[in-house]
Amino acid sequence: MVPLWMYLFVAAALFCIGAYGVFARRNAVAILMGIELMLNAVNINLVAFWRYQTPFVMSGQVFAAFVFVVAAAEAAVGLAIIISIYRNRRSVIVEDVDLLKW
Amino acid sequence: MPTFDEFAPIGALLILSVVMVALITIISRLFGPYRPSLRKTAPYESGMKPIGPAVRRFPVRFYLIAVLFILFDIEVVFMLPWAVVFRQLGLFALIEMVIFIAILLVGYFYAWRKGALEWE
Amino acid sequence: MQLPSLSELNLGLTVPALSLALWACILLVIDLFIPRDRKSVTAWLAAGGVVFAFIANLLVYRDPGVAFMGLFVADEFAGFLNIVVLLTAFIAILMSVDYLKRTGIERGEYYVLLLMTTSGIMFMNSANDLAVVFIALELLSIPLYVLAAFRAPEERSEEAGLKYFILGAFASAFFVFGAALIYGATGSSSLPVIVDAVGRALAGEGSSLLLLLMGSGLILAGLGFKVAVVPFHMWTPDVYEGAPTPVTAFMSVGAKVGGFAALLRILLVALPALTVAEGDAVAGWQTATWVVAALTLILGNIVAISQTNIKRLLAYSSIAHAGYVLMAVAAAGTPGVSDQATRAALIYLMAYMFTNLGAFAVAMAIEKDDGSGTSLDDFKGLGRSRPLLAAIMAVFMLSLTGIPLTAGFVGKWVVFQATIEAGLYTLAVIGVLTSVISAFYYVRVIVNMFLEDGEGDPAAAATPYVQWAIYLTFAGTLVLGIIPSLVTNLSGPVALAVASLVP
Repeated sequence: MVPLWMYLFVAAALFCIGAYGVFARRNAVAILMGIELMLNAVNINLVAFWRYQTPFVMSGQVFAAFVFVVAAAEAAVGLAIIISIYRNRRSVIVEDVDLLKW
Repeated sequence: MPTFDEFAPIGALLILSVVMVALITIISRLFGPYRPSLRKTAPYESGMKPIGPAVRRFPVRFYLIAVLFILFDIEVVFMLPWAVVFRQLGLFALIEMVIFIAILLVGYFYAWRKGALEWE
Repeated sequence: MQLPSLSELNLGLTVPALSLALWACILLVIDLFIPRDRKSVTAWLAAGGVVFAFIANLLVYRDPGVAFMGLFVADEFAGFLNIVVLLTAFIAILMSVDYLKRTGIERGEYYVLLLMTTSGIMFMNSANDLAVVFIALELLSIPLYVLAAFRAPEERSEEAGLKYFILGAFASAFFVFGAALIYGATGSSSLPVIVDAVGRALAGEGSSLLLLLMGSGLILAGLGFKVAVVPFHMWTPDVYEGAPTPVTAFMSVGAKVGGFAALLRILLVALPALTVAEGDAVAGWQTATWVVAALTLILGNIVAISQTNIKRLLAYSSIAHAGYVLMAVAAAGTPGVSDQATRAALIYLMAYMFTNLGAFAVAMAIEKDDGSGTSLDDFKGLGRSRPLLAAIMAVFMLSLTGIPLTAGFVGKWVVFQATIEAGLYTLAVIGVLTSVISAFYYVRVIVNMFLEDGEGDPAAAATPYVQWAIYLTFAGTLVLGIIPSLVTNLSGPVALAVASLVP
């Protein structure tokens, strides 16, 4: 069987890739995708922990379900805001969004 | 742990489908007539004459429908485990699901009244 | 599988938070049938929901208990913070009615979102499980993202929404990754269960200590974003400046209350064993919060001096105030002081709520319909043109500084007291010194109003409901300041309820 630490390693790597995406990408949609990657890393963790440590208590799985429902809600709101900005400025590059100084 | 036996039918199905597809493609290529023309090699666009590149902007309406789809689609994730254990939980679970769906319906009704479902 | 019966769920305890969430859903439908020019009806219906939740909360919280099989706690800690949040929501609605009308963004969804985020904060106050904290955190955040962008297509507001969304979602991801690690290390997401597992991990059973520490660190970072402490504060000034002013006012109090509620409960109920690390300075969350509090106080107060926009100034001031609350959190890490320190944090939050909402309400009265008029220069001459408004604003500024006879003084007093009791003398000194620094920029507003020449824009008139909001917060600020025993007694058993949850 695949040892637990491998799942944790993949999850940590995915989380870091997502975080890197948030920092490095300039396109707001790509940043959103980075955040989604981070949340998916969380789900890998949760499901792996559930399977390996507490397979008879469902809380890990339920937690994972909540995480991706919330991720969908977050994505919907985020996309709505991004679309609204795009309609106004014809750009989704975060550096163009600079009326308020960062 | 699931054993190999449990997955054997799936494996067989997988192999069968790959073989079938390969067989059909090869046979039709071998025996069928092959006379290409400009119209035939063009990308398929529902029988219409292809106009413009495939990668282009979509109307924002698609986005609205897509978001609504994501939101309502993802809620199934709560119904699936509920359906699995429904027999053990009985009436209580039914009431809970009715409440849950009622809340979803509020969202649906809101989207409907706001005209998010209208195409034009 | 053991099935809970309906009575075992203790639904009665969840009525305050749940009724508000349900009322938000119902109001969303009702609002569809309210004609466009009478949206203030929605506002009053929303305010009615808040009042109902307030009364329900007063009835419930005296009688602590758990609901939903331990996922939800209704104790006096939650009850007290619910009072703070519901007052915030009520005052925010008062502030919004006319503001939305005159800035042309009057839509019923505003109040629905406000109710949803309020119920999210209330769930946060009561959450006793990491999964519940996460859901409550999102219920708090997602409506706030939308509210921050509510003045769309006005570009600043959209921009505030985008920034808040990106950094907020980023922070949520950190929080939930931390929660997943803690779940992995302890095998449970329930806070009272985690505490046992932490004890076992510290005793050297199992090799999960590393996961636990990483998880706690990520959770601290995630919640740190929400309450805007250094180094997770960058979004605050931009979002506060760009968002519609009543939203900023609500956000500056509500999001902090929810964040600190979750922070205190997680640290005190689940992780008290990690307070002071034996021999390992990195491990203790007291050290971590100590350092963050000190940085927050210094940076928040110093950068605030150079601000020229009242909303940005209040943003940095809110960062600084998060630092004072965090001082109390750090003090809560010392065993024996945790009750007193928790109480201090709660009192501080209440004092801050009245004062800060009041300051924003006055700023809103000065603001013009297009969102301009928020510069500090716009306060010049206000003492002559609108003396009463200026005098009240002066009191708010003094309260934020922490001058005696105001609520801010009481808050700072109890926090400093707890910090000293906890033996964190350096932190207390930093707190006092930064309070002195803060006087520079708060007093400058007063100087601008009374001593500088300017037209003072006689048109700037607080509309009736905003006036009510101002009087209400003014009364709160003074009453808390003059009769502090009112709240120090009220919240006497508050912290004890937290302590009694710790086995």
